[in-house]
Amino acid sequence: MPRPGFVLEVDRSTPPLLFWRGEGFSLERLPAGRTRVVYGPEPLDPVKDVDGTIRRALLEPVDSDPLPALLFPGMKLTIAFDDVSLPLPKMRRPDVRQRVIEAVLDLAAEAGVDDVHIIAALALHRRMTEAELRHAVGDRVYDAFAPSGRLYNHDAEDPDNLSYLGSTPNGEEVEINKRAAESDLLVYVNINLVAMDGGWKSTATGLASYRSLRHHHNVSTMQQSRSFMDRHRSELHHSNWRMGQVIQDAGVTVFQIETTLNTDIFPEPFGFLAKREWEWSPRDRGTYVATTKALKRTPERVKRKIFQSMESPHQMTGVTAGAVDAVHQLTTERVHQQQLVPVEGQTDILTMGIPYICPYNVDSIMNPILVMCTGLGYYFNFYRGRPLVREGGVVIMTHPTYWDFHPVHHPSYIDFFEQVLADTTDPLEIEARYEKQFAEDEWYRHLYRTSYAYHGVHPFYMWYWGAHAMQHVGRVIIVGGDPRAVRRLGFTPASTMDDALEMATDTVGRHPTITHLHTPPLLLADVQ
Amino acid sequence: MKALRIERSLARFAAARVAGSLAPGAGAAYGPLGIDDVDPPELPGPEWVWLRPRLAGICGSDLSTVDGTASRYFEPIVSFPFTPGHEVVADTEDDHRVVLEPVLGCVARGIEPPCVACARGDLGGCERLAFGDLSPGLQTGYCCDTGGGWSTHMVAHPSQLHPVPDGMSDEAAVMVEPTACAVHAALRHPITEGDTVVVLGAGTLGLLTIAALRQLTPAGTIITAARYPHQMQLARTLGADQVCEPGALPRVVRRLTSSLAYRDQLTGGCDVVLDCVGDSDSLAQSLAIVRPKGTVVVVGMPNQVKLELTTLWHRETALVGAYAYGLERPTAATGDEARRTFDLAFELVQTADLGRLVTAAYPLRDYRDAIAHAASAGRRGAVKVVFDLREEKERIH
Repeated sequence: MPRPGFVLEVDRSTPPLLFWRGEGFSLERLPAGRTRVVYGPEPLDPVKDVDGTIRRALLEPVDSDPLPALLFPGMKLTIAFDDVSLPLPKMRRPDVRQRVIEAVLDLAAEAGVDDVHIIAALALHRRMTEAELRHAVGDRVYDAFAPSGRLYNHDAEDPDNLSYLGSTPNGEEVEINKRAAESDLLVYVNINLVAMDGGWKSTATGLASYRSLRHHHNVSTMQQSRSFMDRHRSELHHSNWRMGQVIQDAGVTVFQIETTLNTDIFPEPFGFLAKREWEWSPRDRGTYVATTKALKRTPERVKRKIFQSMESPHQMTGVTAGAVDAVHQLTTERVHQQQLVPVEGQTDILTMGIPYICPYNVDSIMNPILVMCTGLGYYFNFYRGRPLVREGGVVIMTHPTYWDFHPVHHPSYIDFFEQVLADTTDPLEIEARYEKQFAEDEWYRHLYRTSYAYHGVHPFYMWYWGAHAMQHVGRVIIVGGDPRAVRRLGFTPASTMDDALEMATDTVGRHPTITHLHTPPLLLADVQ
Repeated sequence: MKALRIERSLARFAAARVAGSLAPGAGAAYGPLGIDDVDPPELPGPEWVWLRPRLAGICGSDLSTVDGTASRYFEPIVSFPFTPGHEVVADTEDDHRVVLEPVLGCVARGIEPPCVACARGDLGGCERLAFGDLSPGLQTGYCCDTGGGWSTHMVAHPSQLHPVPDGMSDEAAVMVEPTACAVHAALRHPITEGDTVVVLGAGTLGLLTIAALRQLTPAGTIITAARYPHQMQLARTLGADQVCEPGALPRVVRRLTSSLAYRDQLTGGCDVVLDCVGDSDSLAQSLAIVRPKGTVVVVGMPNQVKLELTTLWHRETALVGAYAYGLERPTAATGDEARRTFDLAFELVQTADLGRLVTAAYPLRDYRDAIAHAASAGRRGAVKVVFDLREEKERIH
């Protein structure tokens, strides 16, 4: 029986705590008597019969006819699936998307459906490579569909393959993939790694264009999403749900399939990274020491390659299919079951170790903007109720924060970092003065469509992702980061955790309370 | 009188070149520059007058001479020994403050009739720089007969003098000559409404060029690259719209001109580059970021450079020089009539408050420190370094 998450009060007997630092980690001692550590629940038991559970979900959906009843000869069927940003790290084969898509295709074949397209719903993310597509959907599906042009990446900049469906009562334009919009049935295959994922966000974001996305991927929306991990208090989700209504009203039938995974993310011998420190065995401690020493002598590129090649053993804890709303409600309950941790009250200082990966640097570089996004966008927002850190408090992250960018994946990030952040770090000013230039830049558009580049506007969205946190906290300190890069982000560099805690007292006073978010694995703090 | 002088000595020039390559400005300690007690220069003609310099600037061309890196092209048009210093605000014998326009053209040389260039007011284009009543010398500060600003006394032809308005500080006045260079550079190639212009280099000349472009031309976006924070700040306040670090410049130009790229080569680029550095790297970068059929104006004094010119040929780039000053053709910003560059410079110095760029002043005796400071001005947070002669003992007496 997996143990639930809990909050540890640090005392003199508490061993040093694990902090991720990009492609590495450190053990840090935090002050006893005023520090607490939030641990997520242990990985839930997976479903035993994955394929059987998937098939059952398709045949017994919620709030919908069974999938076979929606399939008929001569119909247009489109299967969209979450892109390379999920799950993290990538899961061992077979990927859960492959299993679901194969099950859907089996039913489609039984129903005599021939016209099937499979689309990676990547919105403004980079295109998936052949290897990544094969990993997600499996070789059998890839070989059956890709050569004939029926398995491909969504292109949010292809005007000939986008459909404008109308606008919401709030004036939000809804424009999505034309094939999906014009299909008799759109099956969306989702992975819900965090509570933010899924629901109408799948279609209204994953298959949308910039024209549509700009209505919710903006500073105002993000600052009114408290947090975007809590759908009912997230303006991001309200907007997506309004768009979902437009999609439905336009006659698009969506059959939503949402899967959830457990948090068993580290393969052996790195399983100790998910353990509570006092439960480390002598072997775990030895592995930690050996790994840390080896990593110190390893060049950055090699370290990156080692970590990025890691495949997680995480397994499916459930799958639900049917109508979007009903499905998503059940999915969110399962995500909460895996990740929710009750936490009493806020803290003065929130500490977090930033790992080597986030949704936007798979097989790539965790550049400074993504460090910010992971810390202030994702980790800060891993709350329900109130932020873990009080208003005006301090966030301390640990990460090397190299001034380093992947030139193919993140070309517009380089310009954003060098040109925009050199001018201002204020999200509202950035949005007003620079977003349009980047979003409509022909070169970025070309690279997004033909290479493997994130869209020109994507670094802006990353910056907006942190807008709520930037508005809320008084100071951000990065321990161990390249000082120039950290300052460019508008944050304060610190050499050690002790230095950072000392610096933080300027903002929150002497003897502040500290909370360490012990993640990954992912968790969601239910702050009461 | 006390004067800094450059002697003709191949050994010293060689020593300066070695020293300067190790540390910019180190040529002052080992090279041809020295401080001497010398007789004041004689008046070359009856019209000539005595001047007592108040402030005299140290310019990039002075530094290259001191460090022995100046081009040998200048050999026929300089005469040794000479006292450097062509950025000068001085007192006349009757105690009026004047700014020196240092080019030694036909009028100053007593050549009648003047050459074609001088006749049309294009002083910088004078074809008689080694003839007439004076020894060779393209400007005061490179001629053995006139002395120069790095001393307590010098001589000048009245045609070279511009009165300093009341209320204009010496610091502002000493900036007039370099500002005139910048004005001429900004107006050298006609800039049309909305042009995207890049200024390479954010030292004194680069910053002044930005100010001139913003005030005197209809340039649209002005982009510059600067290494140091104070340069970035000044560039912005003087009119640059986008200031970046040098390594980011091609990406900035690409983005702001909506250019595409073949690998690292831009398909388009900016309309005009004003290269205020003038070395191989800056010229190569200029050619790389200017659009096809665009123009590169070489403002900084170049030396021998190694340059890949395929891009110039393929993209039909115009490469033009911008030296000194003279008469500027009328533009929307300068009025209906041609105007002397120095008159425009006086106005620009005052409207853009360019006297603030003078950030350090030294007495003559500390010339090595002054040269070292000027040679590493950016790194040391400075822009224009000058000699302050107002308290020199010999000048007072």
